[in-house]
Amino acid sequence: MTTEAIVPLLVSGVLNGGIYALAAMGLSIQYGVARVLNLSHGEFIMVATWVGFTFFTRFDINPLISIVITAPLFLIMGFAIHRTIFTTLRKRAPTPGAFEGNSLLASFGLLFAVQNIALLIWGGVPRAMTWLTGGVDILGTRISLSKLVALVVAVSLGVAFYIFVNRSRLGKAIRAAAQDPATAGLMGINTNRVLPLCFGLGILLAGAAGLLLSMCYPISTFIGVRYTIIALIVVALGGLGSIPGSFIGGFILGIVGSLVSRLESGLILVSFYGILMLLLIVRPRGLLGKR
Amino acid sequence: MDISKFTSKKFLAKAGGLLAILVFLATFPIYSSNSDVDIGLIILMYIILTVSWVMFSGPTGYMSLATAAFFGIGAYTCAFLYQKSGPLLPLPAAIIAGGLVTFIFALVVGLVTLRLKGMYFAIFTFGLIMLLNQFMVYYELNILGARGQRVFPITNQTAFYIVLVILVLTLLAAYLIRRSRLGLAMQSIGENEAAAAHMGVNTNVVKIFAFAISAFFMGLTGAAMAPRWEYVDPSVAFNMLYSFMPVLMAVFGGMRELYGPVIGAAIFAYSERALRLRFPYHYMLAFGITLILIIIFLPGGLTGLVPTLKDKLSGLIARLRKGGQSERHANT
Amino acid sequence: MPILEGQGVTKYFGGLAAVSNVDLHVDQGEIVGMIGPNGAGKTTLFNLISAAFPVSSGEIRFKGQKLTGLKPHQICKLGVARTFQETKVFTNIPVLQNVLVGAFFGSPNRVSWADAARETSQALEFVGLSAMSAVPAKDLTLVNQKLVEVARALATKPDLLLLDELMAGLNPTEVSEAMELVTKIRDTGITILMVEHVMKAIMGICERIMVLHHGEKICEGTPQEITCNKQVIEIYLGE
Repeated sequence: MTTEAIVPLLVSGVLNGGIYALAAMGLSIQYGVARVLNLSHGEFIMVATWVGFTFFTRFDINPLISIVITAPLFLIMGFAIHRTIFTTLRKRAPTPGAFEGNSLLASFGLLFAVQNIALLIWGGVPRAMTWLTGGVDILGTRISLSKLVALVVAVSLGVAFYIFVNRSRLGKAIRAAAQDPATAGLMGINTNRVLPLCFGLGILLAGAAGLLLSMCYPISTFIGVRYTIIALIVVALGGLGSIPGSFIGGFILGIVGSLVSRLESGLILVSFYGILMLLLIVRPRGLLGKR
Repeated sequence: MDISKFTSKKFLAKAGGLLAILVFLATFPIYSSNSDVDIGLIILMYIILTVSWVMFSGPTGYMSLATAAFFGIGAYTCAFLYQKSGPLLPLPAAIIAGGLVTFIFALVVGLVTLRLKGMYFAIFTFGLIMLLNQFMVYYELNILGARGQRVFPITNQTAFYIVLVILVLTLLAAYLIRRSRLGLAMQSIGENEAAAAHMGVNTNVVKIFAFAISAFFMGLTGAAMAPRWEYVDPSVAFNMLYSFMPVLMAVFGGMRELYGPVIGAAIFAYSERALRLRFPYHYMLAFGITLILIIIFLPGGLTGLVPTLKDKLSGLIARLRKGGQSERHANT
Repeated sequence: MPILEGQGVTKYFGGLAAVSNVDLHVDQGEIVGMIGPNGAGKTTLFNLISAAFPVSSGEIRFKGQKLTGLKPHQICKLGVARTFQETKVFTNIPVLQNVLVGAFFGSPNRVSWADAARETSQALEFVGLSAMSAVPAKDLTLVNQKLVEVARALATKPDLLLLDELMAGLNPTEVSEAMELVTKIRDTGITILMVEHVMKAIMGICERIMVLHHGEKICEGTPQEITCNKQVIEIYLGE
């Protein structure tokens, strides 16, 4: 393959990988800490793409600024959803296993609820928006500016989040709550706030991923499930609950997906599943998983 | 064998009731309009899917989201074997083949995922629908050269009777499994999998086998619907709705008793038909919210209320009786 | 003839050795006790015998057959049954069904409904729970839940019974009754290996005692020998 062919592939791969990584880290922190496997995660990504579209076409606010504006909104929305639905479930569940099962099904209901709210607001017809035009020459090929900017932002956000979880005080509290919620509570960590906060952080990341998506790809109300599945596969590959694993896994899948789409674009999901199956058979704990 | 169990009043009453329902259903297509048979068919279909789903996920606690995938595999298998251009097999064989192919597929999925924690299982089964969807689109486009399969048609009545037979078989299987050692093993796994393993239960074999059995009935149903729809393509066959609705119906109806899923399925299947043309997005939104609310406030479903209602009712009757007695004493 | 033997049994969790190079043997018909401070590795050792997780190194043999490498359900069918430190009864189903699981699946051969029912009612009678057969396990008191675990284990027709802190949380009367029950079990021919903190029970019914500390076996002997052992006294009473 010539550099002309490789460079766009890599750019797409890393861009998609960055978005996958953001989505997967969001899902991972939701499952790792709040123990909720959020099947509706992709729907929030989808909502964010529409929000980006609306902000841009109606109010002339570009997606990057939208990320900053909507971040607190998504955080609060996720916090509220967890407090109303999943905190109640946690209190009423007889065992942790029952809670995980119930919250899984509740998130399934949430999937349909959010998707249909979006259908009611924005309809089912795909749209597209162009904010950044033009491209940049890299190694002899022209790469679209949108993709480059989105790529840089995605990777930066991912790294920033990773550092936040590993270095900051709040991040330490989060990791403690993920390891052992009961003991964390005894150590003075308010699990009634940390768990919904983590769920909110997950939705925040989904929002960022969605807004970056809106910059580069068409917007449709039906993309949610696809991103949920990809995020789930990344999380499973990286090891359930491991944030570094989700980060790395996202980029791996992004690049693999890019390569596969060069050969046969219809089989991307099949190849992801193939990788997942192989890994589950050979190393059931995932790449970096602890559980 | 203890014959008296079968001649007791309670048993005869139950058996008589079931027989009456069966006769009603069997004669339904004869005196009903075509659109009524349509609705009846969909309700029966959903009942089978819901009962099959509860068969495995109820006692074991492993939430399978693959119902739609198995339904679709059954539909496609029948579509390939009972083509409009010339069926390769007689209809009964095509439908049974649909069930068998689904059974084998579920065995493979189970072998890969059921040895791991429940969450991996949920992840894998959730994505299966989209995976099969994408694969089938690719396969049809690149290898078969045309999108969708035309299936040899059957009448509404025929479809109704086929689905009725499948329903009876599914209910029978569900009933027998519940009371068998397989059912006991599944329950023990759902209550405490580690303890069950230490008491001699081969948890992997039990889970995989039970999963495949429930998938068999889902595949049969899909295979039965394909000739009724006369056309099968990836979006028709692999539709997330068929994974969602059985969950909603089972949770709403309650999974403890066998008739819980039946009631839940009847209610929501009917509502779905009634609402989907007039309020296409609203009704799905309502269903999604309903599932969330039921899980939070009524996790045992409607049939979970029955013991509570029974207690309250007998308490009420006891109090009324006491009231009557004290009045009589006062009069003497 | 030792019914259970272990050589060099070791288990690492990450870098920490929970069980380190333990040799053990239990003879047919004995009641052997295992004591040691919390975290000494006693329950881990049980988990290694019953294959809840695999050994890092070493070998365990039951009636001459290697247990290491088998799965828990296979070990149960060979004749090793156990109870659990945190009671793992099947909470939402009745006592009868709890024990029935053991009766059906604990045997290497296919058991008929009639035989399983008979085993179950015998086991329930043996521990004194016959009156409670229809009660859901979650509605029982702690001591009765432990009895359900014992009955369930007995229904698997074991030759070796591992009891993990059976007496924990029992009042003195219940402890005495449990001690009687354990002796009664041994008198039917079942060998018993029990982990315990309740000294009265250990000293009262065990013929031999192993002492574990930080994953290592530091001594072994009759109750008399153990109480006179300097190391043991140090561990329990400090220097």
